[in-house]
Amino acid sequence: MNKIFEVPLYPYARVADQDADAPVRHAVIVVGAGPVGLAAAIDLAQAGHQVVVLDDNDKVSWGSRAVCYAKRPLEILDRLGCGQPMVDKGVVWNRGRVFYDEREVYDFDLLPEEGHRRPAFINLQQYYFEQHLVDRARALEADGAPIELRGGNKVASIDAGADRVTLQVETPDGAYTVQADWVIACDGAASPIRAMMGLDFVGRVFEDNFLIADVVMEAGFPTERWFWFDPPFNRGQSALLHKQPDNVWRIDLQLGWDIDKEEEKKPENVIPRLKAMLGEDAQFELEWVSIYTFQCRRMEKFRHGRVLFAGDAAHQVSPFGARGANSGLQDTDNLCWKLGLVMDGKAPESLLDSYDEERIRGADENILNSTRSTDFITPKSDMSRIFRNAVLDLSEHYAFARPLVNSGRLSVPCVYDGSSLNGADALDGGPDRSRPGAPCPDAPLGNGFLLDRLGGGFALLTIDVDAPETIDMHGITSNRVAMSARDDPSGALAERYLGSASGAVYLIRPDQHVAARWPSYDEAAVKAAITSATGRA
Amino acid sequence: MGELNTEPAIDAPDDFYAELLAMHEGLSKDESDAINARLILILMNQIADREVLGQAMAAARTPGTV
Ligand SMILES: Cc1cc2nc3c(=O)[nH]c(=O)nc-3n(C[C@H](O)[C@H](O)[C@H](O)COP(=O)(O)OP(=O)(O)OC[C@H]3O[C@@H](n4cnc5c(N)ncnc54)[C@H](O)[C@@H]3O)c2cc1C
Repeated sequence: MNKIFEVPLYPYARVADQDADAPVRHAVIVVGAGPVGLAAAIDLAQAGHQVVVLDDNDKVSWGSRAVCYAKRPLEILDRLGCGQPMVDKGVVWNRGRVFYDEREVYDFDLLPEEGHRRPAFINLQQYYFEQHLVDRARALEADGAPIELRGGNKVASIDAGADRVTLQVETPDGAYTVQADWVIACDGAASPIRAMMGLDFVGRVFEDNFLIADVVMEAGFPTERWFWFDPPFNRGQSALLHKQPDNVWRIDLQLGWDIDKEEEKKPENVIPRLKAMLGEDAQFELEWVSIYTFQCRRMEKFRHGRVLFAGDAAHQVSPFGARGANSGLQDTDNLCWKLGLVMDGKAPESLLDSYDEERIRGADENILNSTRSTDFITPKSDMSRIFRNAVLDLSEHYAFARPLVNSGRLSVPCVYDGSSLNGADALDGGPDRSRPGAPCPDAPLGNGFLLDRLGGGFALLTIDVDAPETIDMHGITSNRVAMSARDDPSGALAERYLGSASGAVYLIRPDQHVAARWPSYDEAAVKAAITSATGRA
Repeated sequence: MGELNTEPAIDAPDDFYAELLAMHEGLSKDESDAINARLILILMNQIADREVLGQAMAAARTPGTV
C-alpha cells in the first residue's frame, strides 16, 4: 500500500542553476518544505515575489506528527488560498473528556463563538496538511507565479553576507552554489542552518518519552478528545486519544524517562499496550509509530541579517496545546508582508526587526503555555503531584477546579501589545479584543465573512464612517473596506469592532492584525499609523 | 451565613496555579507541608464564615458531599 507520505511529491530534477557559470541569484530562498516553509513560499509568490524552496527530502512529513490546527492558522490558510480543502478534509471537534484513574471526571465543550468562518479546531494529518500546501504551490506555479520547489536539494553550507546569502547545495547530481537576497530558514527543530551559523538554541529539556501511534480502526469512539491522567492501562502516566480523518486515531502514551526506545517501538511491544487501552478485541492496524521526547526552547533572535528563522527552526514547544505548526504559520504570516515591502523598497530593512519583536513574544507565550501543560501532565516534584491529583479529584465534583486541569491549552494567536508597529488606540469604548496589536476577529456579513474581505494588503476598515476609497503612502495602497450596521445581521461586527462607539476606522495590517483605530477618519492620523506600521516611525 | 462557592472564581487560572507551585519550588516535603498548613489557616481566617469553612472542610475530606 502506498501511503501519501511514501510518494515523492517534488522529486529531484536538474535545474539550470546547476549548470550556470556563476551562481544564480534569487530574491528569496526558503530552506525546508515543511508546513512553515511551504506557507512562506506561497505567501511570497502569491504577492509576486520570486521564491525558490529547497528541501533535502521530496515527500510530505513521514507519519502524521501535527494533527490539530486552530482557527487562526486556518484563517491564514484562507488568505493563502488553501483553507477550504483542509477544512473539508479535516475533522471538526468541540468536545473533550478528562479521565483520572479509573473514572471520567468531567467533559467539556469548547463552545466556539458563533459568527466565525472557521471552527475552533480541525484535526488533520500533517501529511495531508503539507500535501494541500504543495497543491497550492503547484497551482500558483501553473498560473505563472514565481515559485519553484526543488526536492533532493540539501543545503550543506551557508555564507550570510551583508548584501547576499550564498548557499552550497548538494543534490544527487553533485553540489552547486546558489545565492539569494534573503533566506528564510524553515529547516525544522534540528535546523542545520542554525547549527552552520553557530547560533544557540537554549531552553528546557523534558525528561520524558511519549509513544505516538496512529492506528487505523473502525471504532465506536466519538469525535472527541479524550485525555487520561494515571489510567489503569498506563499507570502513573498519561494517555490521549484523538480522531483524524480516514478512521485514523492518534494515540499518545506517556512512557517515562528510563526506557529502551528501540524496544518500545517494536509492534510486539506496541500492540499489547494499545490493546490494554482499546480492549483485547479491538481491531486496528498501525499506520505510524514513533517515540518522541521534547524540549521547550527558542533562538535568542529570529533575524540574523538576511537570514530569517521561522517555525521549529526558531522555536520548539511540547506538543501539548498544538502550538508547533500553528505558531509557525503565524511566523510566516507576520514575516512575509514585511519582507515583501522591504524587497519592494517600500519599507526600511529595520521593519524586519519587528518580526523578531513580535514573534519572539508569540514564541514566549507558546513556550510558557506548553511548559505549564507539561508540568501538569508530568508533575516535577512531590508537591506538584499532590496538587495536581487534588485538582483532578476535585474536578469531578466542583466546577471551580476544572479550569486548573491542564492537558494542553488550545492555541490562540498572540496579541502584539506594545509592538513598535502599533499606532493610536483612539476609539473610546472600542472592544478590548480588537485593540491595536490584536488579530482581527472574524464576523459574518450576510453572505460572507469579514476576514475574506480584508484580503492580504493594508486595509482601512470603516464602520459607518466616511473615508476615501484608497490611501497612498510610501508607495503602499491601503484599500477601504466600508461597512455599515446594515451589513451586520448578527450584530457581531458591532460587538467585535465598535463596542459602545457609534462608528470606527481601523487600519489593518496585511497579516490581519489591527494597527490603529479611531472614531472618525483623519488623513494625517491614518498616514502616521501607516508610517509606524511599516517601521518608519 | 454564606454558602461555599464551587464555581470558578479566580482570574487567569494558569497564572494562579503556576504561582502556587512556585511557592513550593526547591522545598522539602516537610517544609512544603508546613507552608500548606499555614496557608490553610491564613485563608480560613480570611473567609471567617464558620458555615462556609465547615462546608469547605467537608468538601475537602469527601469531595462531592457538598
Ligand atoms: C508528536 C507530535 C505532535 C505534534 N502535534 C502538533 C499539533 O497537533 N499541532 C501543531 O501545530 N503542531 C504539532 N506538532 C509540531 C509540528 O509537527 C511542527 O511544529 C511542524 O512540523 C514544524 O514545521 P516546520 O516547517 O517548521 O519544520 P519541519 O516540518 O520539521 O520541516 C523542516 C523541513 O526542512 C527540511 N530540511 C532540513 N534540513 C535541510 C537541509 N539541510 N536542506 C534542505 N532542507 C532541509 C526537512 O526535510 C523538512 O522538510 C507536533 C509534533 C510532534 C512531534
